[in-house]
Amino acid sequence: MQHTHISAKRRLFDLPLDELWRYRNLVWLFTRRSFKVTYMQTVLGPLWLLIKPMLTSVTYVVLFGRIAGLSTDGVPQLLFYLSGSALWSFFASCVTDNAATFTKNVNLFGKVYFPRLVMPVSSVLSNLILYAIQMLLSFAFLVWYMLRGTVVPHWAVWPLLPLLLFQIGALGMGFGVIISSLTTKYRDLQVLVDFGVTLWMYATPVVYPLSTVSGTLKRLLLLNPVSAPMELYRYALLGVGTLDPGAIAWSVFCSLAVSFLGVVVFSRVERSFVDTV
Amino acid sequence: MPEQELALRVRGVRKQYQLGVIDRYTLQAELQSRWARLRGREDPNARIGSAAPGVRRSFYALDGIDLDVRRGERVGIIGANGAGKSTLLKLICRITAPTEGEIDIWGRVSSMLEVGTGFHREMTGRENIYMNGAILGMSRAGIDACIDDIIDFSELRDFIDTPVKRYSSGMFVKLAFSVAAHLQSEIMIMDEVLAVGDMAFQHKCLSRMREAAEAEGRTVLYVSHNMSTIRQLCSRCIVLDHGRVLYDGDTEHAISTYLSRSLGGNEVDMDLAAMTRANQRVGGDVTMTRLCLENKITAVYEADEEIRLLLTLDVKRPVPPLYVRLTVRTDADVGLATSWSEAFEPQGVGKTTIRLSLPSGILFMGSFYASIGVYRRDEIGNMLLLDHITRAFRFEISGSPLWNTLAHGYVQLPPMSAGEIK
Repeated sequence: MQHTHISAKRRLFDLPLDELWRYRNLVWLFTRRSFKVTYMQTVLGPLWLLIKPMLTSVTYVVLFGRIAGLSTDGVPQLLFYLSGSALWSFFASCVTDNAATFTKNVNLFGKVYFPRLVMPVSSVLSNLILYAIQMLLSFAFLVWYMLRGTVVPHWAVWPLLPLLLFQIGALGMGFGVIISSLTTKYRDLQVLVDFGVTLWMYATPVVYPLSTVSGTLKRLLLLNPVSAPMELYRYALLGVGTLDPGAIAWSVFCSLAVSFLGVVVFSRVERSFVDTV
Repeated sequence: MPEQELALRVRGVRKQYQLGVIDRYTLQAELQSRWARLRGREDPNARIGSAAPGVRRSFYALDGIDLDVRRGERVGIIGANGAGKSTLLKLICRITAPTEGEIDIWGRVSSMLEVGTGFHREMTGRENIYMNGAILGMSRAGIDACIDDIIDFSELRDFIDTPVKRYSSGMFVKLAFSVAAHLQSEIMIMDEVLAVGDMAFQHKCLSRMREAAEAEGRTVLYVSHNMSTIRQLCSRCIVLDHGRVLYDGDTEHAISTYLSRSLGGNEVDMDLAAMTRANQRVGGDVTMTRLCLENKITAVYEADEEIRLLLTLDVKRPVPPLYVRLTVRTDADVGLATSWSEAFEPQGVGKTTIRLSLPSGILFMGSFYASIGVYRRDEIGNMLLLDHITRAFRFEISGSPLWNTLAHGYVQLPPMSAGEIK
């Protein structure tokens, strides 16, 4: 028989991963529900998933490509922006979705117990699926440009892509749950999140390649843990990108540290956040 | 008690809550306060007259609870609002953590602290069953195995593929309870969930829970203000008061302990002179000074018992005939009924006591507040207020276990006439 011990004393690293596994069914149901509920009673339904990135990328083409004249390392602009913003929005929504985990689910968390980590994990999962759908568009263009010989992907690096997505998801979730844990006490962080993530995008080589900057600025940009994966991703997909082993190692280290810290902080706050929200 | 017989063991559990609007700081205010404290200055965000910096007012919602629940027991938890019932359930369900103490649970817990937790309006009944089941810890295969039982129990087969936003609240409850009742858990925890839903279904739920406890050895913890459901379901009952266990044992005894306690001790003899009055009091010709519930030790009446009051008036100068008005309000402070007394004329001045008697069998069940007032008629026949006290006393009518105030109300009307038409 299952025995549960609840104690006032808390352990520092209390990771209920086995419990999370037992509740995997719930993770999946939450993921499915977030889709269903978003696109229920909309005319175009999931088509929005393709329209939104397309319109964003066209805007980027006009704004950054034509008007500002930013380089794309010789990659066709639409493909460059399409693939870059897909990965970025995966990361960004992992951060913003999770940043509201506690405050948004007060009612549910206040009434029933399940491992709270189910929420962040399912949110990463549903964002991953959204990303995959957006990538259909990028792949269509990729194939088109490959046939015309304008783009040559580095196939050898492709096996790394799942790891890279995992890393980005973990990093985004880590940041998100840290913010969410803090917002149970300090509401003002919530205001900061959307705004901060928008600014963060410009500090990441999303609408420009890293090769356009050099010196101190480049070193600063590489401190951003999302920069190196972004470049690696473009290197694999589009055949152009700056690979910096130091920066990649730093990024992996950051992801591990942030996601670990995030989960630890989250599990601590989870115990009694219902009392403070 | 040997561990293998236990479902739940609670030892020395306390739960502290902060009072007031703390913890709603902005980050800036918190940094400001810390910086000030660091430099030994006064905290700019401290409220004037509050205690020393860093000391917050707090109270214990639970103050040292020890409890053993054997497997298969059906335990009711009763107590006034704020006694700690819901807090205790929340700790056992792991919604929040105790401040002190330990809790051990043997078996899986399924909780229903609210009706339809996690239900989403846009999803169909069937989808919500899966969702709700998963939230309560069931696997997909587990739900598949009993989904037909759940649907049958809920009596909603025809609507099961309709989004729940189109359900009535009664249907919603039926669905939610059906899921909880079919979970394969060893311990079921419920907080007043049966308060909604129709009588027949309530009855069905109670027997289902009894059956689950008796046949399958499931343990039930049930919080309710409805004494009749507690009576029907529970084999043992705990009375909580201010975060402590006041009584633990036999259900009937627990209920009477709670009722006499919740009515503020034995308030059957009240000094009305000391009570505050409504401000529109006219003159001071007549003042109510004392009110007695005649021949009562506690303010609890049977449904077929007359409520007899002895009201003492202090009459300052000769007055015309007087009338007494008694207005009964429900526990939720909703006006329920008013009774006017016949006219009576006090002889002379000074203290005088009158006996008022409210017929039995109309107010049937519930706990009530009563306000009482003395009136006279003016020249054109309007009632003129002389003295009035809101919430002069409380009383309880125990009614019958077959009666549910939420379904049947508080009042039983006189019998209808009935006759066959030729």
